[in-house]
Amino acid sequence: MLYARRRLRNTIMMGLCVVAAGFGLLWLLVILGELVWKGTAGLSLSVFSEMTPPPGEAGGLANPIVGSLLMTGLAVLIGAPVGVLAGTYMAEYGRHARLSAVVRFINDILLSAPSIIVGLFVYEVLVVTMGHFSGIAGVMALALIVLPVVVRTTEDMLLLVPDALREAGTAIGAPRWVVIRSVAYKAARAGITTGVLLAIARISGETAPLLFTALNNQFFSLDLGAPIASLPVTIFQFALSPYEEWQQLAWTGALIITFAVLALSIVARVLAGRGDER
Amino acid sequence: MTDIALQHGTQDDGRQASLRRFAVSDAVFRNVTRAAALLVLLSLAGVAVSLVNGSLLAFSTFGLEFLVSESWNPVKEKFGALAPIYGTVATSLIAMLIAVPVGVGIAIFLTELCPRPLRRPIGIAVELLAGIPSIIYGIWGLFVFAPFLQKTLQPALISTFSHVPGLNSLFSGPPYGIGILTAGLILAIMVLPFITSICRDVFATVPPVLKESAYGLGLTTWEVTSRVVLPYTRVAVVGAVMLALGRALGETMAVTFVIGNAHRISASILAPGTTISAAIANEFTEATGDLYTSSLIALGLVLFVITFIVLAIARLMLARLKTRAGR
Repeated sequence: MLYARRRLRNTIMMGLCVVAAGFGLLWLLVILGELVWKGTAGLSLSVFSEMTPPPGEAGGLANPIVGSLLMTGLAVLIGAPVGVLAGTYMAEYGRHARLSAVVRFINDILLSAPSIIVGLFVYEVLVVTMGHFSGIAGVMALALIVLPVVVRTTEDMLLLVPDALREAGTAIGAPRWVVIRSVAYKAARAGITTGVLLAIARISGETAPLLFTALNNQFFSLDLGAPIASLPVTIFQFALSPYEEWQQLAWTGALIITFAVLALSIVARVLAGRGDER
Repeated sequence: MTDIALQHGTQDDGRQASLRRFAVSDAVFRNVTRAAALLVLLSLAGVAVSLVNGSLLAFSTFGLEFLVSESWNPVKEKFGALAPIYGTVATSLIAMLIAVPVGVGIAIFLTELCPRPLRRPIGIAVELLAGIPSIIYGIWGLFVFAPFLQKTLQPALISTFSHVPGLNSLFSGPPYGIGILTAGLILAIMVLPFITSICRDVFATVPPVLKESAYGLGLTTWEVTSRVVLPYTRVAVVGAVMLALGRALGETMAVTFVIGNAHRISASILAPGTTISAAIANEFTEATGDLYTSSLIALGLVLFVITFIVLAIARLMLARLKTRAGR
């Protein structure tokens, strides 16, 4: 009697878990399906070769795509080295220092802090002092988002390197920084690369920090001192517009971003997996 | 004789010199990495200082009334943060009410029930979905989800609860499609992968021998989950929930598309509203006048303080599990 009740209870609760899994995955599949369906409808070569059109005309997304690539690339070039160095300090020199504990805690908060706050900060510091919106402000905002991601993965990956390797390096007389450079970095290379790729994936879809730093630009521009177009901000603007052509371009842009982000995450995962096997 | 001694001397000098060189280069590298670590601290401090600095004008004009006033009038330059704060809390609450049970349920499914060959693919799919940018959820919410709700769920809620006292005001008014409820539901879908992937990792830290001994006593899968796995991981699960809450509170793009951007507090959760991040995203570039801009930055400061507290609690709770796992 009691056993039957326990069995029934088990069946019900486990059934609910299965339902939860089905329910959750269903929504995520619906979103991706809809995205592919609506996005591919407008996918053509002109999307990559033509500029954003004025309302009511056909066009492409060439200038936002280039703007996004430019800003993402520069943001990684600025954010990733600083992040790797900070992670190095926490895992190598200051492993037991109080500073490391504090930085770890603050970094974890930065990691999930709202990105719009970062936008406000860069607006205050760069846009207000320069007097106008600019691509460089967008780059700095994105770099600030890259930083915590890279710090976190670098530290984690360096801590996975066995200390015996470091001791072996020290034993043959190599100074600490040579050990770090030619032993620890080499052993953790795949993991650190994964972190950088994940950071790129993270910022390539970021919209909020660009809204009032890089703003947007209707035309093709590579000038970092002036407002510059980016894919996410263009999607935001076009999706909320009443024009059908713009809305279609927004869907197509959304598909491109999602595809890029998923591809980056998969490459990062494959890299990390290969590191595990060794 | 003297020759050999001389040679010795130069050799020693050479060794001394290279040792000195090593020491200097090591100190340089050490300080460069230290400076980078300090830069992380500085950036958070910079964020805090610049937000406080930017919101000074708003707080000196309105005082603490800024936090409790509902009015938001750019023409008369009267600003209060209550409506966005209410919207932020309400949408996040709706999101957590749905996402926590479903997310933990999926994690239990993945660790206890799912057939082994499917575990990795589903786990990876969940983690990939956690990386999809929020603007994707936003555009889907605006064009697909909101019209869908307008036709199905919202009329059903209105007619079901119209005669239930207390609940009828919660579900009153015309079905706009967009509004607090829609934003909350989209947030729920968005934070679901976060909760699931953290909970799955956390459940994996339970020592197998604990579960095995419980099974050995004849416990059912549910009893093992509810009496062994969940109590063992309770603190970290709460941490995961707080982390997701921090995410939901600060989420901008997914919400901005479907919230309706109306600075008012309605009893009905079907009505349009606004959140802190949506208000900033919608109005910041169009804000005219220093007071308007300063009020929006003050909203940002409020959001920063709220999320900082929530995230700090989350990290402390997740860290506690890590130290236990290390022992």
